[in-house]
Amino acid sequence: MAKITFVQPDGTEAVVDAATGITVMEAAKLNLIDGVDAECGGACACATCHVYVDDAWSERTGKPSEMEEDMLDFAFDVRETSRLSCQIRVTDELDGLVVRVPEKQF
Amino acid sequence: MSEPKTQLPATDAERIGTNGGVIETDALIIGAGPCGLFAVFELGLLDISCHVIDILDKPGGQCAELYPEKPIYDIPALPVVTGQELTDRLMEQIKPFNPTFHLAERVDELQRQADDRFAVTTDAGTQFLAKVVVIAAGGGSFTPKRPPLDGIEAFEKSSVFYAVRRMEQFAGKDIVIVGGGDSALDWTVNLQPLAKSLTLIHRRDDFRAAPHTVEQMRALVADGKMSLMIGQVTTLHGADGQLSAITVRTKDQGEVQIACNAMLPFFGLTMKLGPVADWGLNVRENLVPVDTEKFETSESRIFAIGDINTYPGKLKLILSGFHEAALMAQQAHRYIYPDRKLLFQYTTSSSSLQKKLGVQ
Repeated sequence: MAKITFVQPDGTEAVVDAATGITVMEAAKLNLIDGVDAECGGACACATCHVYVDDAWSERTGKPSEMEEDMLDFAFDVRETSRLSCQIRVTDELDGLVVRVPEKQF
Repeated sequence: MSEPKTQLPATDAERIGTNGGVIETDALIIGAGPCGLFAVFELGLLDISCHVIDILDKPGGQCAELYPEKPIYDIPALPVVTGQELTDRLMEQIKPFNPTFHLAERVDELQRQADDRFAVTTDAGTQFLAKVVVIAAGGGSFTPKRPPLDGIEAFEKSSVFYAVRRMEQFAGKDIVIVGGGDSALDWTVNLQPLAKSLTLIHRRDDFRAAPHTVEQMRALVADGKMSLMIGQVTTLHGADGQLSAITVRTKDQGEVQIACNAMLPFFGLTMKLGPVADWGLNVRENLVPVDTEKFETSESRIFAIGDINTYPGKLKLILSGFHEAALMAQQAHRYIYPDRKLLFQYTTSSSSLQKKLGVQ
C-alpha cells in the first residue's frame, strides 16, 4: 500500500491509497482523478495517462522504457520527469509519491 | 476448402448486386474490430451477407491499431492471444462468408429510405443500400490527434494538416513537420524536394520511424537541404487561418521562432465518436443505448454491438461483444427473411451450417 498525491494544474491535491502491484494510472482511475484519461486502458498504447513525477521521486520511479519513450512522443509538453502513469507500478517504496497531472492530455 | 462463394445459395449472389454504383447488401457493418468481424460470422450462419467498412486501412480495430503485439488473456479457450493473432483468427473464421471490406473509409451519412433500407455514404463517396446496419465502431472512429495548441482550429485545412492528400499542395511552401514516427519521417523525405524549406521538429533526437527513412532524413540534414530541430511547439502565430510562424521550445537554445506557412503534426490517432452522433440515434455519453435481447438501437434495423453500446450491466469486453453479435443476428434475420422460420442449430451437428462453413 502506498499513498499517492495527484496534483492538478491549478494546485489542487488529492491523496489516494494505492494497493501494491497496481499501476499509478489504475490508482488514478479508481479514485476518479481528473486529467488521467488512459484511453487505451493501460496498454502503453495512447499516452493519455501522461504525468510529471515530482523531482523528489523521479529517481525512485525510474526512467521510461524504450516503448514508453516512443509512446511519450504522442504526449503533449513532455518534460524530463514525464512518465506514462500506466507504466509505473506501485510498490511500498513509492509510499508518498507525488505526481502532477499535465494541463492537457491529447 | 472449396470456394466459399459457391456455398452461398444462388439467391444471395443475386441480392448482393450494385444498382447505379450503389452497393446493395443485407447487412452493413460499421467497424472491422473483433465484434464487427464476428458479426460477419453470426450473420453468415443465417444466410445474411455483409459489407464491412472501417476507417483504418486494415481490419482488427483497436486490436490491430493499438495493441497488435499485446497479449489478451480473457478470450474464452484462448489462454493468451495477441491483438493481431485474434484478428487473424477471426479473419480466417469468417472467410467462408466472403464479406467485402471497404477500408480507410469513414461512414459519414446514414438515412432511412421509404422502403426501410438505409442509404449510407462514406467519406470516399461509396454508397450503400442496406437492409440492416450494425454499428460495431468501438471507441468511435480513429482520427488524428490535434496538438492542444491555442487557436490551432483556426489554421486547420488552410495551414495545418493532419494528412497529405495531394503533395503538390505543399510545393514552394515553408513546411514544418512535427513528430518522430513513420508518418512524420515519410512525409519529411517525400515533401522535402517540393518544399521551399522544411523543418522537422521532434521532442528528442531518437525516432521510432523505420531506420532507413531516418537515415534518409539525416542525410538531407547533413546536405543542408532541411533542418532538424529538437524541441516542442508551444505557440502558433498568424492571422485569418494563415500560419506565419511557430514558437518552438528547444532544449539548447531556449525559445526559437520559425517562419512557416504549413504545419503537419503527426501525433498518432485517437478515437472520437464522430458522425455516429448525427444519425438520429439516441446517444448517451458517446455510447449508443441498446436493448439486451436484440442489441437494437432506438432506431429499428440499426444495431449496436461491442464497446460502442451501453445497457445495464454492460462490460466492455470482447467476449461480451461476441455474444451481442449472436443475438443481434437473430433479429437481423427476422428483418431480412420475414417469412423464414428461424431454426436454432449447432455448428457441431447441423449439416446445413457445416455446408455454409464449407466443412462438409
